[in-house]
Amino acid sequence: MSMTNLVEVRNLRIEATTDAGRVVEIIKGVSLDIADGEIIALIGESGSGKTTVALSLMGYARPGCRITGGEINVNGKNMAALSEKERARLRGTDIAYVPQSAAASFNPSSTIMEQVIEVTRIHKLMPPEQARKRAVELFRALSLPDPEGIGARYPHQVSGGQLQRLAAAMALIGDPKLVIFDEPTTALDVTTQIDVLKAFKSVMKAGGIAGVYVSHDLAVVAQIADRIVVLKGGEVQETGTTGEILSAAQHPYTRELLAAFEPKPRQAQADADAATKELLRIDNLTAGYGPVRGDGLPLIRAVQSVSMVVEKGRNLGIIGESGCGKSTLARVIAGIHPAAAGEIVFDGKELERAARKRSQDQLREMQIVFQYADTALNPAKPVEDIISRPLAFYHRLDRQARSKRVDELLDMVRLPRALRYRHPSELSGGQKQRVNFARALAADPKLIICDEITSALDTVVASAVIELLKELQRELGLSYIFISHDLSVVEAICDKIMVMYNGERVEQITPDNVKAPTHPYSKLLFSSVPKLDPTWLDGLVRDPELVSQYGHR
Amino acid sequence: MARAATSRRSFLGHSYNLVGVVASLVILAWTVVAIFAPYIIPHPIGDIVDDDYFGPMRQGLWLGSDYLGRDMLSRVLMGARYTVGISLAAVSIACFSGVVLGMIAAVTGGWLDTCLSRFLDAMNSIPSKLFGLVVVAAVGSSIPVLILTLAVIYIPGAYRFARALAVNINTMDFMTVARVRGESTIYLIGSEILPNIIRPVLADFGLRFVFIVLLLSGLSFLGLGLQPPLADWGALVRENIGGLPFAAPAVIVPSLAIASLTISVNLLIDNLPQKIRDRDA
Repeated sequence: MSMTNLVEVRNLRIEATTDAGRVVEIIKGVSLDIADGEIIALIGESGSGKTTVALSLMGYARPGCRITGGEINVNGKNMAALSEKERARLRGTDIAYVPQSAAASFNPSSTIMEQVIEVTRIHKLMPPEQARKRAVELFRALSLPDPEGIGARYPHQVSGGQLQRLAAAMALIGDPKLVIFDEPTTALDVTTQIDVLKAFKSVMKAGGIAGVYVSHDLAVVAQIADRIVVLKGGEVQETGTTGEILSAAQHPYTRELLAAFEPKPRQAQADADAATKELLRIDNLTAGYGPVRGDGLPLIRAVQSVSMVVEKGRNLGIIGESGCGKSTLARVIAGIHPAAAGEIVFDGKELERAARKRSQDQLREMQIVFQYADTALNPAKPVEDIISRPLAFYHRLDRQARSKRVDELLDMVRLPRALRYRHPSELSGGQKQRVNFARALAADPKLIICDEITSALDTVVASAVIELLKELQRELGLSYIFISHDLSVVEAICDKIMVMYNGERVEQITPDNVKAPTHPYSKLLFSSVPKLDPTWLDGLVRDPELVSQYGHR
Repeated sequence: MARAATSRRSFLGHSYNLVGVVASLVILAWTVVAIFAPYIIPHPIGDIVDDDYFGPMRQGLWLGSDYLGRDMLSRVLMGARYTVGISLAAVSIACFSGVVLGMIAAVTGGWLDTCLSRFLDAMNSIPSKLFGLVVVAAVGSSIPVLILTLAVIYIPGAYRFARALAVNINTMDFMTVARVRGESTIYLIGSEILPNIIRPVLADFGLRFVFIVLLLSGLSFLGLGLQPPLADWGALVRENIGGLPFAAPAVIVPSLAIASLTISVNLLIDNLPQKIRDRDA
């Protein structure tokens, strides 16, 4: 085959050496092509090797990894065979990289402009004056506000979505033929994600630049990619145009990914006619941070007079973008961050605002599960110790009874019993979140507050966790407060959905009328959730007034 | 050292390297000597066994004799007892109190944290040797006084170190989970924080042990440490300093003993065994 494609990867093999000196093959003979100006997406669950493959296009292997076989031809040069010096010459000029977290990739102590034009200085591409002019053109093309002036700011003075576009400007200034995007919108809110995606798409199209887009979000990928490569276990499972993959996926894993997007029919509650009883009522709850002022309220209010009701055996979803106060609300209800004003009535009794003043039974009956299982599980303890602590603390079970109950709880969250001897670092993301949940179940609670528990998981794993939550609810008669920024997740499990914006409750809706929200912010939020349809982003028309009022660009 | 000199080997799920193994053997040897010294010394430490002072190394007096003609080997072996014993006792007290206080301060916060931190910072600002001099001058020198003085001098450092580590752990979600569960402070520090900081704390323990050995040797060298006829290594260097012009082994041997112990502890800390996380190996 002649060199007609910009990128031709043939039979790529990458090995990693573990700390015991064992060699593991993490990429097992991957081949792929990218034509000039084509954008391909690498999708797959975490650990599938998608980032490793993307990084190898720059001839780079992460510490402990080694490219052991195959060819990586980019623009006629085999990146695997070049010396490090020759590779460095190509990075930034032929191939550029946009990292997952722009916030972590910018140097906080120098201005944005200096960092954006750094590549031109390193490679001596153009004089600084010309580079600055080129940067401003890119800022404009990426529809950044105040393109002339934004370069003089420091990274902390711009928003996350802007920083992500600035990282793209940094990548594009050397006029690369290929840009690698490593999950660039995963950390952004849906309303912001749209602006970033639109900007990326238009610059790439205008410049005829080829791209590799690494993601686990199929709906996002559908908007930007021409072709999709599905990876699992370091092997290519399926390749096809975006349309082919979305409409006629062959491989079981791809189908699983697609299935996770299908709206699941919600079964009507069995006791729908029975009079529902109130489990938790919140009246005019206000909480915040900073010095307390004359009226007894804190200076910065993260939650403003929020009221809501959770019924027994029912679920309430709370949705909103980051910074809207939804996580603070969860912490206020749990008593971690005591409210400044308002009432919390749980199971018929008024609760103290601070957790340490509540009775042990009240603490036991309301459990909170956090977003990051990595930090919510003590890394120094094996799983069985983590799960059995509530059993000893609340239920005073002896060693034998605890051990038996740990087995039952592991069964409940569908984890193999043998995992009880492992430490959290030896579990996958989904397994950790299940352990996190099992610990909450061990307390025998009536209400579980789930704070973004699926956000750190990939689509397939997240939908499995949601299914598990539903099943446990049927068996145990639990209630959930489900906090998320992802509408599809909340829709799948909740009976009522509360929309929050800027610390206030703006609307409460039911999943049935989610298509027709009345509040303008809900409209913007719901219309920003990417759909699997590849034409969705191009066809999306948003009311500019709404966007300027509620979108944090 | 007959084993293969590979840079890292694995044993019981941990990987070791040679430097660490050698260092721990040296420490182990000194510990054994410290424990069994009374049974292995060839001569009582107070007996004058040589007609000459600062005698050379020779059969029967393997490390020569000191400024009174006493057997140097016996005195160094017994000296290990005092140097290792006093330092170990002092460092244990210092690290235990410092680490417990540091974790409590980090978990509790508020005024307790502020008061403890400021008080111990003030303690830290007193030069250690000066503090030792003042205490020994005031209450006299005995083994318990030495141990307590050395411990007090090193508590603030251990406190700062543990508090800095514990503050980071304290912000983790599992601490919040444990708090909302209603756990007591003792459980929080003992069961949630300590297992996560134990490795750096142990490394700090070793480092502080070295500081204390050196400070104790310094105090003894100044004549404020152990009183004759007992002698730790620092005191041995001091009483035999007159042998320096004669190139007497009596002055160099205790110095080498101090060096071998402190350097070994440092090397061990830098080369602690590492846990292998790869379960399938």
